[in-house]
Amino acid sequence: MSSTEIPVTRRLTRLMAENPLIPLILLLLALVLVLEIMQPGIVSPFWIGNTIKVAIPLAMLAACQTLTMLTGGIDLSAGTVATITAFVMATLAPLLGVPEAVVIGLACAVLAGAVNGFGIAICRVHPLIMSLGTGLIANGCLLVYQRYVIATGTIIPDTLVWLGTGRSFGIPNGLVVFIPFAALLIWGQKRTGFGRLLYAVGSNEPATRLSGVRSWQVYFALYTLSGLIAGLTGLILIGLVKTPSLSLALRLDLPSVAAAVVGGTSIFGGRGGYGGTIVGALILTVLTTMLTLLHMPEGARGILFGLIILAVTALYIRLTEKG
Amino acid sequence: MTRILSKNIWTLGLAALLAVLLVITKLIQPDFGVSGLDSLGRAALPFALASLGMAVVVIAGGIDLSLASMMAVTSVTAATLMDGASDGQSVLVVLFVLLLGAAMGTVNGTLVVVSRVPDIVVTLSMLFVWQGTALLILNAPGGAAAPWLRALSVGGVTLPFVPEALTVWLPKSVVFLFVCLAVVWLPIRRSKLGLMFYAVGSDALAAFRSGVPVGRTKIAAYAVTGLFAALGGIAVTMSTGIGEPIPGPYLLAAVAAVVLGGVVLGGGRGGLIGPVLAVFILRLVRMDLTLMSVDPNVTTIVEGSIMVVVVMFGGVVAMRGRRT
Repeated sequence: MSSTEIPVTRRLTRLMAENPLIPLILLLLALVLVLEIMQPGIVSPFWIGNTIKVAIPLAMLAACQTLTMLTGGIDLSAGTVATITAFVMATLAPLLGVPEAVVIGLACAVLAGAVNGFGIAICRVHPLIMSLGTGLIANGCLLVYQRYVIATGTIIPDTLVWLGTGRSFGIPNGLVVFIPFAALLIWGQKRTGFGRLLYAVGSNEPATRLSGVRSWQVYFALYTLSGLIAGLTGLILIGLVKTPSLSLALRLDLPSVAAAVVGGTSIFGGRGGYGGTIVGALILTVLTTMLTLLHMPEGARGILFGLIILAVTALYIRLTEKG
Repeated sequence: MTRILSKNIWTLGLAALLAVLLVITKLIQPDFGVSGLDSLGRAALPFALASLGMAVVVIAGGIDLSLASMMAVTSVTAATLMDGASDGQSVLVVLFVLLLGAAMGTVNGTLVVVSRVPDIVVTLSMLFVWQGTALLILNAPGGAAAPWLRALSVGGVTLPFVPEALTVWLPKSVVFLFVCLAVVWLPIRRSKLGLMFYAVGSDALAAFRSGVPVGRTKIAAYAVTGLFAALGGIAVTMSTGIGEPIPGPYLLAAVAAVVLGGVVLGGGRGGLIGPVLAVFILRLVRMDLTLMSVDPNVTTIVEGSIMVVVVMFGGVVAMRGRRT
């Protein structure tokens, strides 16, 4: 039987199953199209820049979820860690100077990640519980810190504001950080030993152990890395929001999980990748814009948001399973 | 005897810990007595009911992240409908709200089974949906609770034929909790359905091959979770007197209490007494720290640390057990 005799629909589903990014990008384009129909003229280079600007922190935070989900875990402390880095940096900057404050902020993030890693890798605590607990502890520490911090005011370094909000030639500056970041992750997940170990541990941990992988080292490195990424997200986010608050990135916690899931990363591990997550974050951002434009009560927007995430994920699983 | 002991070692340990904590509380605050127990019971009630709901679904191998949002929906529904209703009407309202909870749980379960999307993702989306529903029903905190309902959780129990000095120590809220537990869970646990929950939770494939209708069992587990969420929502309305459309901190607290209570994430093992004890322990620690006038923010750190350390300890013990 020659290939021309295969029905078009079957070839299409096979194509989609082999390149899971295609249906996602199609969905994103469809959403943008619907948006344009709803409000003609809204889709402009300026709007696209704005959407990307808002999506960058979400996509970066979703990187924590994607990487940990590849091994079958999750990092629920990411939002808290991002908030801590941003807050610590902003409050210490007037006292110590900006570079030192940034280093200390990121050190806090790495520390939180290492605590997660210790619990998950060495004590074998379920990642959901461990990151939840670390998030609680870290949040408590932040609240205590906030009460004892000397009232010197806060500084948000111009570099971060430039990165978070600025644009050059209509293109958001955040891409200066985000493109290398995303390229590194997408290259790293398939081409480096560590990236492949993530997939291996996620799809079959006993098998990797029998092949001589010390899985605790993988977990420890992974969750520490996740903490660092969350810290970086916090720095970008504070440049975008421009006011340090105690709940800066908390509202991104659940959407970051949703972005990774919509982007096709399996929550059970071993399948997915960061490319899909970026598209997922863009889809969620466009979706939020769309729901805001609908002038619905806040409650109805929440309902639609939840139902659409569910529908997209269910559809996506159907599409990619057939192959 | 030793078998029963070793089987329930975790629960017994928790009970001992709770007793020690009660003694410590009495030492810190010599006045701690009837009113202290009463406020402890009232503070713990919504948390305990949320943990019961979470425990059921975790035992059956799932997880329900929309629990707190379902509590918000039931709380606002109860408060809105009860506003200005007579006593008789409010009884109907309570029954309706319980049905509503079970129905929401059924929706969650059906979506999990039909969509084949992982539980976490489905209930994460439903979290947004139920939260939105609660906001649509009531935009700001409001409504009212029937007086008899409010009286249900305040003060000690009075029983006929028993001297009051004995029963006054037992807060009504604790009795309410255990009545809920007994009425909802005992019949299930004793019937085939309870066995099926545990079977599906420990190994869904094996359960399926032994003829357990896995899908329907999961839906039933989610429905029971919804029922407990409705009870939790009513408890919130009962203690505050109003409906609260923004979900409280019940979700994370429930997951913490379930794990602390010896229910294994992933399903199939654990009971419902452990989570209840865990809730009381966490609330009592919080109360003790408040009594010692510790910064409430430090309390959060202590709570998180307890949770993490206990679970780590459990993990290490489990590993040792496997090696020997």
